[in-house]
Amino acid sequence: MPYDLDFERPVAELERRIQTLQRRGERMRPDDRAQVATLEREVQRQTRELYRSLSPWQRVQVARHRHRPQTSDYIRLMCDDFFELHGDRRFGDDRSIMGGIASLDGRAIMLIGHQKGHDIKERQECNFGMPHPEGYRKALRLMTHAERFHMPVVTFIDTQGAFLGLEDEQRGQSQAIAENLLVMARLRTPIVATVIGEGGSGGALAIGVADSLLMLENTFYSVAAPEAAATILWRDASFAPDAAAAMKIGAPDLRDMGLCDALVPEPVGGAHRDHEMAAAHLKAALNEHLDELTRVPTAILLDRRYAKFRNIGVYARPVPATVD
Amino acid sequence: MRDESQPALEAVSQNGSSAVATARPLPTNLAVKCPNCRELLVAKDLEKNVKVCQRCGHHFKLSAWERIQLLTDPDTFKEFAEELRSADPLSFVDRTTSYARSVADKRAKTGLEDAAVVGRARVDGLPVVLAVFDFNFIGGSMGSVVGEKLTRAIEMGERERTPVIIVSASGGARMQEGMYSLMQMAKTSAALGRLAEAGVPYISVLTDPTTGGVSASFAFLGDVILAEPGALIGFAGPRVIEQAIHQRLPADANTSEFVLAHGMIDAVVHRRDLRAELARLLRLYRAAETVAH
Repeated sequence: MPYDLDFERPVAELERRIQTLQRRGERMRPDDRAQVATLEREVQRQTRELYRSLSPWQRVQVARHRHRPQTSDYIRLMCDDFFELHGDRRFGDDRSIMGGIASLDGRAIMLIGHQKGHDIKERQECNFGMPHPEGYRKALRLMTHAERFHMPVVTFIDTQGAFLGLEDEQRGQSQAIAENLLVMARLRTPIVATVIGEGGSGGALAIGVADSLLMLENTFYSVAAPEAAATILWRDASFAPDAAAAMKIGAPDLRDMGLCDALVPEPVGGAHRDHEMAAAHLKAALNEHLDELTRVPTAILLDRRYAKFRNIGVYARPVPATVD
Repeated sequence: MRDESQPALEAVSQNGSSAVATARPLPTNLAVKCPNCRELLVAKDLEKNVKVCQRCGHHFKLSAWERIQLLTDPDTFKEFAEELRSADPLSFVDRTTSYARSVADKRAKTGLEDAAVVGRARVDGLPVVLAVFDFNFIGGSMGSVVGEKLTRAIEMGERERTPVIIVSASGGARMQEGMYSLMQMAKTSAALGRLAEAGVPYISVLTDPTTGGVSASFAFLGDVILAEPGALIGFAGPRVIEQAIHQRLPADANTSEFVLAHGMIDAVVHRRDLRAELARLLRLYRAAETVAH
């Protein structure tokens, strides 16, 4: 996989030198081989260094990388079985949210996630991962189904946000998202949500009200996509990098704020470099959280979930006459 | 009942008991131009007409206190959680001004602590927990303070089995508090989930504008959803949609009438009728509760 992000350019340059040497094949001299080994170590070191201190905007680029594993990839790499369920029974089948009954190490779960699509054709079919109301209503149907059959719900978040179109308004985009928030808050089965790429706004939260919120370490989750926030704040989408920095949207930021319960490690250089390893880390984290949550009695689970969201918010109670 | 022989829009000014007749007068502007029909209106007349254009029926935005006066019985509104103030949890770095400064600025301009005011009140003698937004305070945006106030109001409604009314006027979540703002959508919706399980009614009133994270959470979760005429209502505003899909939208897209036609709300109610319609609903719920016990 090439290093194709602009901040990875120094590493890409090292890779090019390695390839030039390797093209000599049989004619490679012993000191060429030594140089390749040195360069490869340097690639590893520099990549590790770059990813240790991603700037907010670099993180956005990594989280949106087109080769990042998506919901369908994780399903293929993690699950022993997956029976996909389609449609909201109201209007249609929205492919930007896929879901079905999965077996994770023998445990039946309801797995629901955004899907952006891999090639152009799939991307268009998935509307680039931006759901219509019927996507959220499909997710809702699957979640209440899971509740009925005592399956934990596992969701994967990876969207710029809900789609903004006239038809979406006609079919009630706001209502669809709002209903999911309410139903998830009261759903009588454990819910684990994981941001696997991009967490964008209400369109992400609509499958994200969970007992545990996990985030892959290079992902972000934002009240609005940085471009949208820049437009709202400063009427200019080109200030998106400033918005990304100001809003503190990175996975480590959210963990520090207590909004994210755990970070899931990614392979060096991002999940897109090694899908298998990314899936193995995610699977281990999911199993750990599911083991814990499925032991909690439902009434306590719901009280805890309520308290978790109830307590989010930072505000001041001024002391009279001493401040301001 | 209104006297139908009178011009419809003057009905309220005929009614001497209208709460808004006593609203604070506009200080300097003697004339106001209607943004819809461009008519030059006498400010005093506009006040008397519950800030609805006499010519075209355009509903001007109301401040939180004007709204409270419009809807509640005189001297019954008892505010709570008024001490809550916005902090700056992200130390938000704005390109032009600081978040703390813009909050202080809005506080001075509006006399409000934040974009929502909550309290107990009576509507036509019936008790309610009422929350109203003020669009003048950073676009009525929802951050931690607004989310906390609404949640306390909803929880009070549940605890005291008192119907909850929320009057929205908001562009959505407040960017300057980042993910804390987004999570207020989940927080308020979770509280409404409990209110619904307790069987306490929640009436959501949508006014201009109700969009974004506010429309996509508590505003569209009402047992009954009412809207004032001509309000901008939707997940996204028409300009945002036009940018996203590169298409011109019909003029009525994302208005109260549009969402009514698409089955998303129960009624469009003229401002002068809003209080009476809320009272009617409250009486019907009260009757239902009497039967249940």
